[in-house]
Amino acid sequence: MELVVVPAYNEAANIGRVIRDLFQHGWKNVLVVDDGSVDDTAGLAFGAGARVVSHFSNRGQGAALETGNEYARRKGFDVVVHFDGDGQFDAADIKGAVDKIFAGYNLVLGSRFLDDRSKIPGFKKYFILPIARIINYLFTGIKLGDVHNGFRVLDKVALEKIVISQSGMAHNSEIVAGIKKFGLKYCEHPVKVEYFRYGQGLGGGVKIIFDWIFKK
Amino acid sequence: MLIQIILLLFFLFAWSRTFKRYRLKEIKIKELAVWTFFWLMAGLVVVFPNSTSAVAKIVGIGRGSDLVVYVSLALIFYILFRIFYRLEKIEKNITKIIRELALKEEDKKD
Repeated sequence: MELVVVPAYNEAANIGRVIRDLFQHGWKNVLVVDDGSVDDTAGLAFGAGARVVSHFSNRGQGAALETGNEYARRKGFDVVVHFDGDGQFDAADIKGAVDKIFAGYNLVLGSRFLDDRSKIPGFKKYFILPIARIINYLFTGIKLGDVHNGFRVLDKVALEKIVISQSGMAHNSEIVAGIKKFGLKYCEHPVKVEYFRYGQGLGGGVKIIFDWIFKK
Repeated sequence: MLIQIILLLFFLFAWSRTFKRYRLKEIKIKELAVWTFFWLMAGLVVVFPNSTSAVAKIVGIGRGSDLVVYVSLALIFYILFRIFYRLEKIEKNITKIIRELALKEEDKKD
């Protein structure tokens, strides 16, 4: 059974739409991990029909995803989809990624670069992400087209092996590092990312590197 | 010199805070003893600055005051490092507690 884990922090404006979209695409098991939101994210998610677990204080996206993973382990799900709660992703992209898991991959990672559906802001596309790509390769030993994408699908093996200890945004590098550490079979999968907000800029990138080096 | 008086007053103040915490039973007598020894030594160095020169010569540093600065900096960095990792551990534990509470709460709903 597949579980879609949606980490959400103060996403009252988007969470209802995200969940409805997931349901419409046939994903019945949606878990929203409300990461200590001060708005009504949890209530709206529950109202929209999702399962909801709530951190009573904000712990960061990595922590929220690990809570979702732990939920999946305890309830016996074999496929977990990580899907951002801000509405940046397209629920239509999940099916193909999950099919790749059924085809034998342990980990499928979303990539904005495999097709031209994502309108990535220039500075991000030509400056931040290329640098991130090199740093990611140096740190994790894995060459990826898109190194910081919140869209991913884990099979049972990846779910059991990868335990996210990075509570902030460096969790992404931690997951990628898990590929080499546990010898996981992985591939990238084209996803569309809608840029109605910028996401992490240069400062965010520097913080990720700091966290990755000093926080384990 | 004025600086000696200022430093001694500060050490006295720092020690009095420690003593207050001991009186409130927040720290043990052993801890009080260690801090008392520390501030006493600091006071001695301030009153007799040349006393450190002998030690400095042995380890190969020209001036006693330099030795004090080097040792202090090394100590401070070490303590910072310790605090950094202690904080990190506390953060991790808080996350674990919050995760466990969130999952338990959900379990009750089923």
